[in-house]
Amino acid sequence: MADKKPHDEHSHEEEMRKKHLMLDPLPRGKMNEMVMEAMLEKPTWKFWVVFLVLSFIVAYCLFYKWYVLITKGQGEAGVMRPDYWGIFLVNTVFWIGISHAGTFISAILRVFKAEFRRPFTRIAELMTTFGLVQAGFSVLMHMGRTWLFYWLIPYPNQRMLWPNLHSPLTWDLLAITTYLLSSTMYLFLPLIPDVAMARDRSTGWRKKFYRVLALGFRGTEGEWRHLHNAMNIFAFAIIPVMFSVHTIVSWDFAAATRPGWSSTIYGPYFIVGALHSGMGAAAVVLAVVQGTMKNMKYFVRGEHFDAIGKLMLIISMSWAYFYFNDYIVQWYGGDKWTRIMLHFHEAGPLGWMWFTMLIVNIAIPWAVLWNAKWRSNPWIISVVGIGINVGMWFERYLIVPVSVAINRMPFTWRLYQPGIEVPMGIGTLALFILLYMMASKLIPFIPVWEVQEGQLAHEFKKFGRETVVSVSELE
Amino acid sequence: MIRPDEVKMSVEETGKWGMTINQDVCTGCQACVAACAMENNISFVGEEDSGYGRSMHWIRIERFWEGEYPDVRMTPQQPMMCQQCGHATCEPVCPAFATVHSQAEQLNLQVYNRCVGTRYCANNCPYQVRAFNWRDYQRPEPLSNQLNPDVTVRRMGVMEKCTFCIQRIHRAQDTAKSEGREVMDGEFTTACAQACPADAIVFGRVDKPETLVAQITNNGRGTKHLAELGTLPHVTYFKEG
Repeated sequence: MADKKPHDEHSHEEEMRKKHLMLDPLPRGKMNEMVMEAMLEKPTWKFWVVFLVLSFIVAYCLFYKWYVLITKGQGEAGVMRPDYWGIFLVNTVFWIGISHAGTFISAILRVFKAEFRRPFTRIAELMTTFGLVQAGFSVLMHMGRTWLFYWLIPYPNQRMLWPNLHSPLTWDLLAITTYLLSSTMYLFLPLIPDVAMARDRSTGWRKKFYRVLALGFRGTEGEWRHLHNAMNIFAFAIIPVMFSVHTIVSWDFAAATRPGWSSTIYGPYFIVGALHSGMGAAAVVLAVVQGTMKNMKYFVRGEHFDAIGKLMLIISMSWAYFYFNDYIVQWYGGDKWTRIMLHFHEAGPLGWMWFTMLIVNIAIPWAVLWNAKWRSNPWIISVVGIGINVGMWFERYLIVPVSVAINRMPFTWRLYQPGIEVPMGIGTLALFILLYMMASKLIPFIPVWEVQEGQLAHEFKKFGRETVVSVSELE
Repeated sequence: MIRPDEVKMSVEETGKWGMTINQDVCTGCQACVAACAMENNISFVGEEDSGYGRSMHWIRIERFWEGEYPDVRMTPQQPMMCQQCGHATCEPVCPAFATVHSQAEQLNLQVYNRCVGTRYCANNCPYQVRAFNWRDYQRPEPLSNQLNPDVTVRRMGVMEKCTFCIQRIHRAQDTAKSEGREVMDGEFTTACAQACPADAIVFGRVDKPETLVAQITNNGRGTKHLAELGTLPHVTYFKEG
């Protein structure tokens, strides 16, 4: 920094303000107004075109095709012996993975007081809820007799029949239900002050809608104390739930008697994989929000992409470790069938998928994300994020239908060819985006109170000639 | 040295009903496959689905080759059906208790009307012998007249598999009970064993040392498939001897 004049404190401060949201405070009323404006902004024709196209895809690819699947049976999908599990379960694992980053950002980063999380906790937490909806749909599509799904729920019935608690699928159902309920509540709690704000600033049906959602929140000292206590409890309680969900999803595979699946590393490996795809998706969502919604350039800045980029880089490295740990330990185990299966991954007909996965999950993130300038750019980080998601989807595809193509009965070996799963999977993606679009018009995307709380805690302090940023402890 | 018949084994290990398959005399004629389909009301899935790996059979004849072309040697035919494991991997993974262990008969049961179609059992079966009803298959006119009234007709979305012709077991037990006696060895057999022209398949009580199947099982030359997994299969295979 030789060209910088050391006495030019003012310009240094200006630069810091421009870079960091927490150092660039606006009055509460102004921020409220900006968030309301972003929400109430009249949708452009582009919004409607995207909205209609996505609605059509959801109606046709998701619901109509699902009707076909239910009436004609799983034969419409590509599943057969030995690939009894296909893309529906790939999508289930994929969407649960996406949902994990939301909780990671809104709970773990809150607990660890990472200040950069403040403006996008809600955007991330929405990803959890919307992702889990898709995961639930995907697993229901997978069932041969979907209309009997409630038999898996432990409900009191005349014959005293309970679900089998030995089955990993029962654990899965309980874990995903717990996760969906708790993450929805955890989405709702920090939303209360913001819908109360929206209630006070809107008219007509919106006012009624927000009045119901705000539960009569007025912002008294006692209400804030209760809310903070509840959010603290949830933030800590939801972390083990999040870790358990994907561990249990991995046990669907790891608890089975199949070559390549019965691996003890699957639990942590799946969690890191989930965060890998989830962080990528979070970066993409954040870039879209920043680029398309009004006033978001103030709330979402380069520093946020920078922070997510660092997380992505670290998670990519951990994922690489776990992937090769799983691969090499299994190979070293020396089981004949496992060895055949592992070679089927890289040298089989879907070898291109295996190599693409390694390139987009490891090589590209490592090559791009080390550079602060590149990772702060929403376009670059979105491309990397989309690549990671494609790669992680490939990884799950290799784990589910490609791995089960090889088993201990060589007579039955056969490769899976997807059928109706492809349009239905696109349907879940369209529904995910559609839910985001609707949410952007219905609830405040930025938690104003959380941003302001952070801004109040940050200040410039002068030590001699040096200006430094200090953050006061709020709790 | 301990002779096999002197070893005290648990009932899960020995099983009650068992089968031996002599691969040396099996000609691969598929009569067992046809007989099984007739006996157990198995659907005909059609050419297209069958070619894609959805053929529905409770027993199949596996063929393998050894060596590289042109020095190809065919290995003995290998009939493969549900091994009625004592410690079955399919049983614990079903979330709905649709695949359960019969304590009375020591068989793996499939409860069709309890099945919701998660297909975890089939995925977890190391022998890959479970068949799923991918669709509601049609039975055109003459075929609809040959359904076995003792066997449930399965619908779309449920799993099914070899039952060791449990309807025949029950009928023989009922007859024996009404006559005040035990079921005799050779009094009845499964459809596949009955149809086998070479008598490659022998079925009966493996827990009674005097039966034919028990004597063949315990002669020490047989192997159990994938016994290293600890599934305790109740079908014993013999070849090259």
